[in-house]
Amino acid sequence: MTAILEARELVKKYKDVVAVDGVSFAVAPGICFGLLGPNGAGKTTTVEVMEGISPQTSGLALYKGEPIGARFRQEAGIQLQKTALQDFLTVRETLTMFRRLYDRGIEVDEIVRLCALEQIAGRDNRKISGGQQQRLLLGIALANDPEVLFLDEPTTGLDPQARRNFWDLVKSIKARGKTIVLTTHYMEEAYYLCDRIAIMDHGRIIAEGSPQQLLEEHFSDVVLELPAADFQVDRSRVPFQILDARGNVEISTANVETTLTQLMALHVPLGNLRIRPRNLEDLFLELTGRELRT
Amino acid sequence: MMRRLLAVFYARNLEFLRDRGTVMWNFLLPLLLVVGMGLIFGGGARPLFEVGVLHAGTEIDFKIHPFLTTRYVKFFTVTDEAAAVRKVSRHQIDLLLDLRTKPRYWVNSDSPQGYVVERLLKQSDPAISREAVTGEAVRYIDWLLPGVIGMNMMFNCLFGVGYVVVRYRKSGFLRRLSATPLHAIEFISAQVLSRLLLTMTVTVMIFLLASYFAHSHIQGSYLLLAAVAALGAISMISLSLFVVARFTSDELAAGVLNAMTWPMMMLSGVFYSLESAPHWLQMVAKVFPLTQMLDAARSIMIDGAGLAQVATPVAYLAATSVVFLALGAWTFKWRVD
Repeated sequence: MTAILEARELVKKYKDVVAVDGVSFAVAPGICFGLLGPNGAGKTTTVEVMEGISPQTSGLALYKGEPIGARFRQEAGIQLQKTALQDFLTVRETLTMFRRLYDRGIEVDEIVRLCALEQIAGRDNRKISGGQQQRLLLGIALANDPEVLFLDEPTTGLDPQARRNFWDLVKSIKARGKTIVLTTHYMEEAYYLCDRIAIMDHGRIIAEGSPQQLLEEHFSDVVLELPAADFQVDRSRVPFQILDARGNVEISTANVETTLTQLMALHVPLGNLRIRPRNLEDLFLELTGRELRT
Repeated sequence: MMRRLLAVFYARNLEFLRDRGTVMWNFLLPLLLVVGMGLIFGGGARPLFEVGVLHAGTEIDFKIHPFLTTRYVKFFTVTDEAAAVRKVSRHQIDLLLDLRTKPRYWVNSDSPQGYVVERLLKQSDPAISREAVTGEAVRYIDWLLPGVIGMNMMFNCLFGVGYVVVRYRKSGFLRRLSATPLHAIEFISAQVLSRLLLTMTVTVMIFLLASYFAHSHIQGSYLLLAAVAALGAISMISLSLFVVARFTSDELAAGVLNAMTWPMMMLSGVFYSLESAPHWLQMVAKVFPLTQMLDAARSIMIDGAGLAQVATPVAYLAATSVVFLALGAWTFKWRVD
């Protein structure tokens, strides 16, 4: 199937900074495509070029095979990271204003229902919570019943409950056959929502594929986690690599049986032992040598 | 195109009308201005005797007539005889001297100032021939009223939209709009219409109120007057939008807009006529939309001018509106880099 969105060798330079340094990817219709990376990796700049908000220095940004233009603006829905809205307008009035900017779209009442905004439809859009604000911005992005939806770090700053609700909302939108481009620095979010991800660092894509595929490609091991308090042994005698992580020690191993036998031989209590598969956080660390949120 | 424009227009109106403090201020300030000006300038006397001179050549040659050496009288060149005679009849010029061929003069028999200047003239040239003119004085308040209301319109137009657009740009609202099918010209036109609606509402209310209390009598057509005011407003709002088309700092916007309002206030004939100002200064002043608007408004109100008489300023205001709008849309910047 041909790509609905495509970036070819995108470069975006500011005065003395290269924010995007030759990025290429293609997004198939109907999937959720995730751009992952730490702050400053170039994710937002990349999507802003793809959204037609910021012109690229060089390279091509294509929508349905054509450069981003009037057609794209009619058919794309965009949720920016931070959007100030007009003062003194209610949630419903704000949605109505944006709805009227498009030739076609869904009724304001339906947007309100879809984004669960019924309770606050009559409220001044400055007087709503962070989660409600994100749902309103999503509602604005849905006003034209878009074919492709851009979500730029939509859950940053939300509490876990609000984040979980937002994810469900995005899943229901995806079920309507929309293509979604999501940027995030939450690996969990990407894992939960995305069919395909591209990991960015220093303005380049350093890995791309489905989350499962990427994990399988880079890891053949699992991680054993033990509370640091339980792991009171002389580390020079340990026959494997140990990583300290947030009050835990992590032991990576391809052979769980052997490692467990070794731990028992060291008389390490295993009552609180957890075994977890490799996740995208590990992948990022593996690829960049850095933690994601530092 | 219209649907998008109206969507932005409607939203902007709501935003403005719900901002109670701003609404109050927009109506209260011009009222205070008119009342204050009326109190201060109610008496309204000019400090000098002003004598218009019709003469050959471009500069007045002060040696051609002994009267021209009189102190405390301001002599200035006039070229349009008919217009100057009309000004004598309205007490806007105390005396008109014609030195092109056989010296003669016009004076208003009803004007006390004219009487004094005439006595001075007779002393230096007893043989000069007299052309009498009559007519009631234009009260200063009638002349001042359009000036003050026009000045308020200028502030309202220049600052009202300029700030809003810079604020939208800074907050990222424009950036969000740039990702929609909205065109710059649609956005700008919506801002012009929204501000025009407000300015005209305020202006008409204040004008009716002030002219009622000042017992002003309008000679010409109210409709034409309103049309001139609306065109002037559109021109000035568009000018402001063009000026701030790329600004991202409200302090810069404030500085530049301030720098524009002062010359307009001083040179557009808000408080006093520029009749006797140097010719080049009058030409410079003609550039400002406010000057053109006030000239046209005063001719309609005081001289009862019709569309044909004010065609030039009307055309100028219409042309500048189109040019400023086009330049504003062309140079418009949606985002802060």
